[in-house]
Amino acid sequence: MRILTPFIAVLALIAVGLVAAQVPGGQALIGIVLPYLAFALFLGGFAYRVMQWAKSPVPFRIPTTCGQANSLPWIKQNKIDCPSTKLGVIARMILEVFLFRSLFRNTKAEVHEGPKLVYGSSKFLWLFAILFHYSFLVIVLRHMRLFMDPIPGFVAALEFGDGFMQIGAPVFYQTNAIFLAAIAFLFLRRVMLSNIRYISLPADYFPLLLIFGIAVTGILMRYVFRADVVAIKQLTHGLTTFAPTIAAGQISPIFFIHVFLVCALLIYFPFSKLMHMAGVFMSPTRNMINNSRMVRHINPWNDPNIKPHSYAAYEDEFREFMKEGGIPVEKE
Amino acid sequence: MAIMKADKLGVSVAKGPSMMTGAIPKNDWWDVPAEFKPGKYCYPAKQEIHEYHQKSLPKELGGQPRVWDPESDNWLLPEGWEAIILNGLKERLDKFRSLKIFMDCCVRCGACADKCHFFLGTGDPKNMPVLRAELLRSVYRNDFTLAGKLLGKMAGGRPMTFGVLKEWFMYFYQCTECRRCSVFCPYGIDTAEITMMGRELLHLVGVNTNWILEPAANSNRTGNHMGLQPHTFKDNIMYLCDDIEEITGIRVEPTFNRKGAEVLFITPSADVFAEPGIYTAMGYLLLFHHIGLDYTFSTYASEGGNFGLFTNNELMKKLNAKMYAEAKRLEVKWILGGECGHMWRVLHQYMDTMNGPADFLQVPTSPITGTRFDNAASTKMVHISEFTADLIKHGKVKLDPKRNDHRTVTWHDSCNTARAMGLLDEPRYVMQNVCNNFHEMPENTIRESTFCCGSGTGLNTDEIMELRMRAGLPRANAVKYVRDRHEVDTLACVCAIDRATLTSLMNYWNPDVNVCGLSELVGNALVMEGEKERETGLRFEPLAGMEG
Repeated sequence: MRILTPFIAVLALIAVGLVAAQVPGGQALIGIVLPYLAFALFLGGFAYRVMQWAKSPVPFRIPTTCGQANSLPWIKQNKIDCPSTKLGVIARMILEVFLFRSLFRNTKAEVHEGPKLVYGSSKFLWLFAILFHYSFLVIVLRHMRLFMDPIPGFVAALEFGDGFMQIGAPVFYQTNAIFLAAIAFLFLRRVMLSNIRYISLPADYFPLLLIFGIAVTGILMRYVFRADVVAIKQLTHGLTTFAPTIAAGQISPIFFIHVFLVCALLIYFPFSKLMHMAGVFMSPTRNMINNSRMVRHINPWNDPNIKPHSYAAYEDEFREFMKEGGIPVEKE
Repeated sequence: MAIMKADKLGVSVAKGPSMMTGAIPKNDWWDVPAEFKPGKYCYPAKQEIHEYHQKSLPKELGGQPRVWDPESDNWLLPEGWEAIILNGLKERLDKFRSLKIFMDCCVRCGACADKCHFFLGTGDPKNMPVLRAELLRSVYRNDFTLAGKLLGKMAGGRPMTFGVLKEWFMYFYQCTECRRCSVFCPYGIDTAEITMMGRELLHLVGVNTNWILEPAANSNRTGNHMGLQPHTFKDNIMYLCDDIEEITGIRVEPTFNRKGAEVLFITPSADVFAEPGIYTAMGYLLLFHHIGLDYTFSTYASEGGNFGLFTNNELMKKLNAKMYAEAKRLEVKWILGGECGHMWRVLHQYMDTMNGPADFLQVPTSPITGTRFDNAASTKMVHISEFTADLIKHGKVKLDPKRNDHRTVTWHDSCNTARAMGLLDEPRYVMQNVCNNFHEMPENTIRESTFCCGSGTGLNTDEIMELRMRAGLPRANAVKYVRDRHEVDTLACVCAIDRATLTSLMNYWNPDVNVCGLSELVGNALVMEGEKERETGLRFEPLAGMEG
């Protein structure tokens, strides 16, 4: 059920896109109205979620220290994994966000007879996570050619680099293959590793399948159905200039399925775990300076009414014992 | 409670059906109820202990003080307890950004799954940090997210039921808040935060454990967990002074509650109460005498540890507040802290925020070396390992590391000092100067990847001994590795809970390995002025070359 339901949901989305592309007015709905709506919901929802997080304070300074702290001057500090300055935190965050530093630490534990526990290096999740995210990024950036005129230099450069193997026509982009392979890995990992399958929810399979659907329809459109790029660009560029038009009958239905799935992803994004994209920047265990003994951190809801059991009450209870034991007292 | 022998438990860990050995549970995790059987849970708080705390923290320690049985199906919960929990969750979502982010960001990648010592030792799926968090997250999704409200179970939501509450009580007390999972999580999700919140919520409806609340009550009233009254606290230390005199011929003269001392020294009370902590305390006493430190103990603030950390923020603050209050009353310049793990989590990450600013104290400066501890400029509290390392570096202590030659030592990084402070190399520097035979455990089990003793956060209670031995197995296994290769016979650490729990753990898995505090090794190695020739170490064990 955990896999089947999201699978059916994605199939249903494809079917809706396919049908809508054929009915009168459907193309304008999917090609024009929906993208605006989805993009607005994405931006609005994304901002809303970030603001909701930001509304809650960070009452305590709780970085996870992953190396030697700033201590005596002759003890070598790990300035990135245990930062004591803002610069150190920035370096830590850059490594986390761009290179998935923490995931790179991953190990795999096994128990053997004895009992004996061993921890092996395990970098595949890191590798495929990197491949997935970066090829996704490159693909999104490549798509900018459809929304901009003239095409920015970096997009052209990216396309050139991505297609340098010059296989086939239209040129085959290796990110497409890497992207599909990475999605397949992430999906198969969820299905085949028993503990990962056990923790996986429909909300884990759905985005993977949806993104897979987007990738496949995109690739089919480019290499198999050979959709009319000129007509598509007319529409997409029209979207960015707020003057969208659809050339009647020229755009293949596969395009509308593709767009429909992308819109579904955009709408789904802010309400899902995909918000980890923003959350990673705000995680208190990573983005805080380990200087809590150097600089006082303020908790806005710190309750000044919580007082210790007072010394006076303590002495009142134990005064005689203290005097007998030769411990100084305040009141004789 | 008697538990099965180590060899049998070892077979059970390595071969028994569990997720660690590849067995796949038949039911989805939300369809596996938590079953309370003897040995699987900590005893609830005694009625009078619950009552005692409610006098000072009525709202946060809710529920009716009562006698209740976790094995029964009626926990005598307050009326409308579900709403109390949900309101409590809402309040905490508004108070802690960490909680909100950690509820929302998990992608269930599973990187944390096999990083938890409880999972490694039990193979119980709900001990994977991701699932432990899902126990709370499922309720959060159901009541606080749009997807959960619309789609319910399909979005991974679960209503708050008695079954869920039982899972919380079971699994938030099978987590020691050691933060190892948070090192490996790509978003830094810290299960310690989740467990803390889970325990706070349980306290709102009177679901609690005695092994945490009773020490906390003692600490509030008598100043320390052990419930030692002032004269007893002092007497215990004086006995240690007698032993020191017998071993070294030197009489050390500590003072208590003395106004005007330069330094207030606070250590976990276990250090003055029970083996092997007392040997660590003897090390402190020798060191302070050796350097002529002007310091005082306090009987009022006679506890470094803080079981409020394992209860809720309010109790943590209340117990911790004694330290600054006493430092102010005694008019000391700064505070020196002894060897303890979670105590240092509180001191390093919470104290100044909760009970500061300590503007009546001065930036700690070592009176012996003149070193200013700028890393403690605001909190004004220094760790004994920082202090000792600085002394050694400046050549202010006379050491004979041969006095520890009867031992081969390895080093256990305590979770809190390692992952919530970054204190890694100070104790190693001290170690290398006071003993000659030192070997590190494998790299995936030390420093920021260190394994918990398995019994922290108030789980150091006998009724769950098998669980503790399972949870401690990853630590014990790494010790065994160096014992087999290098004949390591001593496991040193800077944590009072470790000194107690690792002793049980070693007795069980590696019976020939002793546990000691770092300061015990320092005390052994210190060459005191005017001392007699030492024939034994601080625990009256013969030194190398002095046997027989």
